Amino acid sequence: MKDFSEIKEQVKAKIEEVKDNASLSEFWQSYLGKQGVIQGLMKEMKNVPPEEKPSFGKAVNEVREWAQGLYAQKQSQVKELELKARYEREAIDVTMPAMKRDIGNLHPITLIKHQMIDVFAGMGFEVFEGPEIEDDDHNFTRLNVLKDHPSRDMQDTFYLTEELLLRTHTSPGQIRTMDTHKPPIKVLVPGKVFRSDSDATHSPMFSQMEGLVVDKGITLCDLQGMLDKFVQEIFGSGTKTRLRPSYFPFTEPSVEVDVSCFECGGKGCSLCKGTGWIEVLGGGVVNKKVLENCGIDSEVYSGLAFGIGIERITMLKYGISNMGVLFRNEQDFLEQFKA
Amino acid sequence: MKILQSWLKEYVDIDVTTEELVEKLFGSGFEVEETIYLGKDIEKIYVGEVTSIEKYEGTHLYICHVNCGEQGEDNLILTGADNVFKGAKVPAALIGAKLPNGLEIQPRKMKDMISYGMLCSGGELGIDDNWIKGADVNGILILPDDAPVGEDIVKYLGLDDYVFDISITANRPDCQSVLGIAREVAAFLKKPLKEPDYSYNCTEKTHPDISVEVIDKDLCPRYLGHYIYNVKHFESPQWMKRRLSVCGFGAIDAIVDITNYVLLEIGQPMHAYDLDTLDGKSIVVRRATYGEKITTLDEKERVLTAENLLICDKAKGVGLAGIMGGLNSEIEPTTTEILLEAAKFRRDNVRKTSRALGLHTDAAARFEKGVDEYGVECGMARALNLVQTMGVAEISSSAYDVTAGESTENVKFDVTVSKVNSVLGIDVPQETIVEILRALQFGVEENGETLSLTVPRWRADIENYQDIAEEIIREYGYSHVVPTFLDSAKVTGGGLNYLQNKELSAKKFFCAMGFYEIQTLAMYSKRELDMIMLPEDAPERKCVELLNPITDNLSIMRTVMSPCMINVIADNVKNDRSSGRFFELANVYLPKELPLKEAPEERKILCLGAYGADETFFTVKEAIESFALANGLNFTFKRGERPYLHSGMTAEIFCNEKSIGHLGKLKYEVVEGLNIAEGKKTDLNIIIAELNYSLIQEMYEPEIKYVPDNGFAKIKRDLSLILDKKTLCGDVENAIRQASAKAVKVELFDHYENEKLGFGKKSLSFSITFADDCDVTDEIADSEMIKINAVVASDFGAIVRGI
Repeated sequence: MKDFSEIKEQVKAKIEEVKDNASLSEFWQSYLGKQGVIQGLMKEMKNVPPEEKPSFGKAVNEVREWAQGLYAQKQSQVKELELKARYEREAIDVTMPAMKRDIGNLHPITLIKHQMIDVFAGMGFEVFEGPEIEDDDHNFTRLNVLKDHPSRDMQDTFYLTEELLLRTHTSPGQIRTMDTHKPPIKVLVPGKVFRSDSDATHSPMFSQMEGLVVDKGITLCDLQGMLDKFVQEIFGSGTKTRLRPSYFPFTEPSVEVDVSCFECGGKGCSLCKGTGWIEVLGGGVVNKKVLENCGIDSEVYSGLAFGIGIERITMLKYGISNMGVLFRNEQDFLEQFKA
Repeated sequence: MKILQSWLKEYVDIDVTTEELVEKLFGSGFEVEETIYLGKDIEKIYVGEVTSIEKYEGTHLYICHVNCGEQGEDNLILTGADNVFKGAKVPAALIGAKLPNGLEIQPRKMKDMISYGMLCSGGELGIDDNWIKGADVNGILILPDDAPVGEDIVKYLGLDDYVFDISITANRPDCQSVLGIAREVAAFLKKPLKEPDYSYNCTEKTHPDISVEVIDKDLCPRYLGHYIYNVKHFESPQWMKRRLSVCGFGAIDAIVDITNYVLLEIGQPMHAYDLDTLDGKSIVVRRATYGEKITTLDEKERVLTAENLLICDKAKGVGLAGIMGGLNSEIEPTTTEILLEAAKFRRDNVRKTSRALGLHTDAAARFEKGVDEYGVECGMARALNLVQTMGVAEISSSAYDVTAGESTENVKFDVTVSKVNSVLGIDVPQETIVEILRALQFGVEENGETLSLTVPRWRADIENYQDIAEEIIREYGYSHVVPTFLDSAKVTGGGLNYLQNKELSAKKFFCAMGFYEIQTLAMYSKRELDMIMLPEDAPERKCVELLNPITDNLSIMRTVMSPCMINVIADNVKNDRSSGRFFELANVYLPKELPLKEAPEERKILCLGAYGADETFFTVKEAIESFALANGLNFTFKRGERPYLHSGMTAEIFCNEKSIGHLGKLKYEVVEGLNIAEGKKTDLNIIIAELNYSLIQEMYEPEIKYVPDNGFAKIKRDLSLILDKKTLCGDVENAIRQASAKAVKVELFDHYENEKLGFGKKSLSFSITFADDCDVTDEIADSEMIKINAVVASDFGAIVRGI
């Protein structure tokens, strides 16, 4: 019986030397390839006596399988090593800065507008945007601001013609909604409004959000309840509202709504000018004449309406004291509202 | 409006502190914007008697010993004033005293003596002759002999008083007076109101010739005149002068002061005409004729129109109705006969005239808000009462009352308690409601829960149960409102609709692309249109103009957004920000015809602006194409032009074959014209895009239907072409699509120019995907490519390069 131990020693030594793919394939060629040593053993078969041929063949096969096993084992080791080397080779400085692309953001007025919409949307309010150029009828007359009424002076109006004007408030949205919708109505009308004054606290263009609810049995208590919820969502859960008498031709009773100062909690500070309260919006029970002007039966339905200055809320919320900065569009300002 | 607390107390017994009063006024709808204490900053100044006075030799000073009673009987005070005498009563500021001018009195060495105080002039106490006689003299204020020694000067001079500056809402013209506020105070303090004295007696004398005629009754619904005679001219009593001066009126002459006093007290502006100056002893109230002139009491000539109501005599205008009298009928020291006027003029007309002439007076302020006919009557009666009690004149029996016939009856209506409470949402007890209404001087008759109301004549704002509800809650207190959360309202669906959501998403998309949202004013001026070099006939010059702009800079409604964007970029460049990206989504206003007949189109424009060294046409194009991709839209670009954009770097953008906007680099001339430092203009690279968002949002496809892959084989081929440099990539792409209906995707993947290609040539390489309702075979792809090659060769002279 031929002893292959010599060859085996040789193979063992050789496989140990294999370090990479090149020496691996060299090994294959030297021992397992067609011209390889192990294949060469088969050629010796012809010199083996016939009765020994089967056992010789078996022994060669065993050697082959053994060598193949070693090869496969080495192959996976080499692959592992190669990958490891590749990963090391490809290593980068992950702390290097990435390609810069600035990310912009919404204007703070838009941000606050949508925060406000979200609060009321949860209460079932839809959003309607009316035209910025209105007629006297929608902006004034049908809102019970009659031609000779001094309340027209409350809102200095930009006129385009005798009849057409830049809306002075979002309240015409009430009329446009009631003209096209039957109660129950819950609608918000955000948008730009215009008044002909301009100073540190006034811009000729600013934004308002009108709210209108018309249904059966709506009362002043609902106005306060709803606005309580609104100010708590916007200014924090401890915030309270206070109603005080005011006058708008389209609501009766009309109220100014103050919120407890969220800065000092009502103790009095510079923000609330020591009063503990901050004026944030106006509202009231919809004047029955306005309902009637829109063909809604005031004996059956009642409503509440409110108007919020979006800039006012924006300024309070972000601690902006100068209104002008909102419209100056300076990058140093705009960049700060990544919310 | 200014109200003096002590005056208020004349009509109602105020038993609360000033602070509480202010709080209660606020609670019932009358915000006190400012509370001014008249004795503010005056401390430790007393009535003193000069017990001895001698010249301080070698100085201009006098050495006085001043007795301030309990505050110190012998105070050594030096004074430089030489109107002080032994026995004089003077204001003596003792050590530690404070004066309105900020002075604090300390012992003060003067030559070799120490003065332990200071004698005060009227000016140093902040008062003048209108407050007390002698306050205006050059020297120390000499008080009347009966001034009690030792009394606090604040008390003695009546400065222990408050002026409230109260803001009156437009629905309460009846509260533009001391009496009006007193009614409210009486109501919330539940005290009786002491009405002013309206009584007077007439002599039997009448005037035979006086006539009062109101031609334009629409502008003057009520006119009262009363003839008074034997007019005497003298100074008004101190109490009247004080009240007038605190409210901003100078004292002139008793009769004139009375008219002003009644305005403040009753809220009814009055006027006195010198009868002698009235031609034909007539008053004619009529519209002015166009161009008619009148010189008003302020000695200014006013040119009028038929919009202005004029008080005239037979020949000329003698007063601007409700605003200011005419100089020609002014009361003179020689005037002996007067026609007193109390009238109601239409409020909007007074407002218009006052505004048009820029003439704002106290009378106009009241007429503009509205006076009521009850007040007209009260005003006249009160003025006549004062005329008589002060002995200013004799009151004749010649009284004139011209009315347009408006009802002078009280308004009456019924309300039910439940209806009133249904507005408020709380149950105010019936007895409380009745009590409140009675306190407000409503007549109330109860029939079960029905209340029959008689509205006071001065409350023109009260018409229905809602008005009553407001009266109740402001008196009852808003703290009684119990917040409820729309208990009875139906549940409704809310939130943004599809397009509103898309709009917000669009904004957020551009934020993610590095753009900051801006907000600019919707108005600008024609200079902005010039800035972007629009020719005279450009459609953008057809714009809506404001009739009453506050400044020329904001005189037209914008028709194009770019100028707003360019201005914002310029401002940021000025602030040393070398690059930036902005967007605005807002309206432009496009008139359908001019002059404007109907509301103009409000078109939403999405305007993009980017500037800085790294920005190019394509960096902004990337943002726009990405936006299209994100919204399932297909934008195509063609060469375009705009007067303000680079002729070679401007594209018109299309979607569904409609032009939806443009994109381009701002012209060098426009940049050159910007108001920024020259150094910052060099290489300033501004890319602007304006997209018609109104149109784009119509193209959104809200309905999405999944289309499964049809399973047929597709084939992708590349096509490299050598073309003339001027050939547009987009045109070639379109031609490929047109040549082969099976070319479902055509994408440029490479482009270059080099010497090998030759001068004026470029290479474009497209990847084309063929698909069909069956398997696309190599043969089909080959034949499609042949078609495409033929078309690009013939249309563009393209040479197909082998790949």
